[in-house]
Amino acid sequence: MLGRTLREVSVALKQGQITPTELCQECLSLIKKTKFLNAYITVSEEVALKQAEESEERYKKGHSLGELDGIPVAVKDNFSTTGIKTTCASNMLKGYVPPYNATVVQKLLDQGALLMGKTNLDEFAMGSGSTDGVFGPVKNPWSYSKQYREKKKQKPHGENEDTNWLITGGSSGGSAAAVSAFTCFAALGSDTGGSTRNPAALCGVVGLKPTYGLVSRHGLIPLVNSMDVPGILTRCVDDAATVLGVLAGHDCKDSTTVQDPVKSFILPSLTDVSKLCIGIPKEYLVPELSSEVQSLWSKAAKLFESEGAKVIEVSLPHTSYSIVCYHVLCTSEVASNMARFDGLEYGHRCDINVSTEAMYAATRREGFNDVVRGRILSGNFFLLKENYENYFIKAQKVRRLIANDFVNVFNSGVDVLLTPTTLSEAVPYVEFIKEDNRTRSAQGDIFTQAVNMAGLPAVSVPMALSNQGLPIGLQFIGRAFCDQQLLTVAKWFEKQVQFPIIQLQEIMGDCSSVFENDLASVSLKQ
Amino acid sequence: MAAPVLRWSCPARRWILANIDRGPRHGRGSPTGSRSSGKRGQSSVAQQPLATAQKPRKGEHQWAAVVGLEIHAQISSNSKLFSGSQVHFAAPPNSLVSFFDASLPGTLPVLNRRCVEAAVMTGLALNCHINKKSLFDRKHYFYADLPAGYQITQQRLPIAVKGSLAYSVFVGKNRNQVINKTVRIKQIQLEQDSGKSLHDDLRSQTLIDLNRAGVGLLEVVLEPDMSCGEEAATAVRELQLILQALGTSQANMADYEIQRQIEELENGGEILNETRSFDCKLGCTVPMRDKEGKQDYRFIPEPNLPPLLLYDSASLPAGADPQQVINIDQLREQLPELPRVTREKLVQQYGMLPEHSFTLLNEVGLLEFFQNVMKETRAEPKRVTSWVLNTFLGFLKQQNLAVSESPVTPSALAELLNLLDQKTISSAAAKKVFEELWRSGGKTPAQIVSEKRLELMQDQEALEELCQATMEKHPQVVMDLKKGNPRAINKLIGLVRKATLNRADPTVIKEMLERQLSS
Repeated sequence: MLGRTLREVSVALKQGQITPTELCQECLSLIKKTKFLNAYITVSEEVALKQAEESEERYKKGHSLGELDGIPVAVKDNFSTTGIKTTCASNMLKGYVPPYNATVVQKLLDQGALLMGKTNLDEFAMGSGSTDGVFGPVKNPWSYSKQYREKKKQKPHGENEDTNWLITGGSSGGSAAAVSAFTCFAALGSDTGGSTRNPAALCGVVGLKPTYGLVSRHGLIPLVNSMDVPGILTRCVDDAATVLGVLAGHDCKDSTTVQDPVKSFILPSLTDVSKLCIGIPKEYLVPELSSEVQSLWSKAAKLFESEGAKVIEVSLPHTSYSIVCYHVLCTSEVASNMARFDGLEYGHRCDINVSTEAMYAATRREGFNDVVRGRILSGNFFLLKENYENYFIKAQKVRRLIANDFVNVFNSGVDVLLTPTTLSEAVPYVEFIKEDNRTRSAQGDIFTQAVNMAGLPAVSVPMALSNQGLPIGLQFIGRAFCDQQLLTVAKWFEKQVQFPIIQLQEIMGDCSSVFENDLASVSLKQ
Repeated sequence: MAAPVLRWSCPARRWILANIDRGPRHGRGSPTGSRSSGKRGQSSVAQQPLATAQKPRKGEHQWAAVVGLEIHAQISSNSKLFSGSQVHFAAPPNSLVSFFDASLPGTLPVLNRRCVEAAVMTGLALNCHINKKSLFDRKHYFYADLPAGYQITQQRLPIAVKGSLAYSVFVGKNRNQVINKTVRIKQIQLEQDSGKSLHDDLRSQTLIDLNRAGVGLLEVVLEPDMSCGEEAATAVRELQLILQALGTSQANMADYEIQRQIEELENGGEILNETRSFDCKLGCTVPMRDKEGKQDYRFIPEPNLPPLLLYDSASLPAGADPQQVINIDQLREQLPELPRVTREKLVQQYGMLPEHSFTLLNEVGLLEFFQNVMKETRAEPKRVTSWVLNTFLGFLKQQNLAVSESPVTPSALAELLNLLDQKTISSAAAKKVFEELWRSGGKTPAQIVSEKRLELMQDQEALEELCQATMEKHPQVVMDLKKGNPRAINKLIGLVRKATLNRADPTVIKEMLERQLSS
């Protein structure tokens, strides 16, 4: 049952093939079995079981709240959850229990979803590996897949498997791993420069970054307010659309959400792509791009072309400035956003009390890791009166140019852009940590962060396995507020490529039975 | 060093330079400088660098005051600027704190419509240009009562700019010569108030009360067009009256700052560029926090608030939700009568002296009191004005009471003035009745008059007899009078009045005496 998609299991719940409590318990048991992945910081077992009980009551009475009723979900640990610790994987917020729910969390709960727990991340979502949090790195479930292991064995020098596990990507690596390892059917991530799409690509799941302003940020502990968007991780595009349908819409608590009524996100099954125009940005063909990803990218373009779509090369000329521009804007907002963590109202407070200033300094020294402190330092530097014009203002202008690049391309008739999501497939942790966080983030976000600058919707869809047996995802970028069109194209693509299901039977032992339900056994009546 | 700028001929007085410009100014009366964009003073008064550089000894230099002000007025609103928390004075500490006010991570600001309207109305009343698009910025500094580590304000593009405030100062021996002045308004911006730090020195603790944190403020920036503390104080008072008339702020503020700086300079001290707040209990301003040049507020656009857009009737988008848009023209129509107009009306309607109209408005509630008395009395406006401004206000001042705390109601005073008008009592008796009303609330003037037997003697015959008897008792005075000393009659009048226990009208007595003398 756990191997199914959200919509499939929703049908199963409705048909009484399984009860919410059974489903919840299966997920909880799998969470325990996959604890070594370190996907969850907090498992909210009691909460989930209570919600399951309530959901079961509703199903019994025939009053289910909708497609999400009784569906186990996970939430990245930078979304506020009432009564459940919200740490941002930082010492600064260790033990912090918010008194309110983020709007997106509340919307999931209002639909009857079961909150399984809070997922791991890089501290304050600053990173692209999910390796830099205070609770340790997240391990990519594909490290333990049959597909990857078989390829490994063929290699002459069998490396030590225990030390050779792969990263998930980040910063929403916990959410990606949780969905990938079947411990939940959907998870919330956040996406500031690619933090949802990047781990989705590396963990072989769908990662959606909706248009900025479509989904409320209220309760999402900010990284960069002007770029942050709650992200959605699921096992298929339709599921992402379903969750988006629940989350999207104006929130009076977030003034940056659009006030226009939200249209439906139900995706039609596209049969004809001949009217589509797919843009291939030439600047995304960078030297660092792995040949495997590059060839899959070309293959995807050819696939569209062969089915009648117009595929054209386009130019986003300011792409190369994106990384440095993002660095200035991101660190500046980080410096500002992190100012509130002073140990007074909540979170960590040091023992030093000789003066308020000394208390601030020590609290922040103890509370933040080097990455966060480094960004605060650079951000404050950029915001100094004498630097503001030269850095922040300039970066804002470059941001406008980058956004205009997209506007120009879409105005020229392109419907959707097709790009890689990451430079390569997931790399082993030991390789990953050889570079510092800043370099890694710059590399990890290379194809994704310009989208955040422009506020556009984008989705990473897993396409195929690499030679090593690891997932590779491609990214589709759509017009602002054309999330449905974007997902419709992504759904068509997903259907064409038939990405294989992760085979985790080996590590899950007796849990393997949960995967035996072959998908065909569920009748999907839509 | 532009020392000559400092000197001007006013031998009796010395003022320190007080100027919110940080750069040097080029000549008095032509304020060319504008505040440097990044540096912000919250203070109401700051000084020119020149002032500290001079290190004057007492009596050595003469100083020209150049006063600019940044005035923070708390907006009258039920809730805070960016959160739904209530605004109440003197609520239990930390009882009016939303998650946003406490800066819980993930919370976002939501702009309070009422505060925007208050700012627009204030801008209109101060002849400002209202910016149809304004922006919010974060101003960073670490302070215990600033939970987010920044204050949301409007640094780059405030809601209103380029206005003016007209005010009047009184000069001359009797301070009855009106001089009309104008101070330019640089800008009006919306911003958040901070919380309060309560320092417990005994336990070396600081306690934080966040009730005030996030309350909406109007910061009104006056250009340095004023040249003395009195001008500044009068301008501020006028602004206060305007804000109160608009209902946009209670506008409780005071300015003891200029005097402090004068004393400081005369004592050879240095004046740091600092924010000082007024402590009502101590009656002086106290330093708030270090504002010296090293502080860099690292302004950044507030990313969680879209630009604030305002409309007028012409630009109002069709089909816009009235709850979501603010129409400047509509607010302009709702503007109440401003103090200047009220005063002009008083002068016209009642023939009042201009300075009296100022006094009536300057005391909170006094105008209303006056108008209520006018409604119920037949007495002349001049007499009512005199009673309200002299007798009534005198009693209030003497006892340090507000109009609202007066034991004498407008109705009681109106009745008293009616008695006076009907000549039921004399002016002197009226004063006694008033004193009695003040002392023992509850009794009507008529009751007091009758209990104390203060009514004028209506019995003409008895009064004639008293006059006759008095003249007989004081032949010497009568003789004086007959010898041609007209003032002697006053002595007789006084004696008769004394005999009537002040209950007779002196003009009537005079007439009787004259008649009897000439008969």
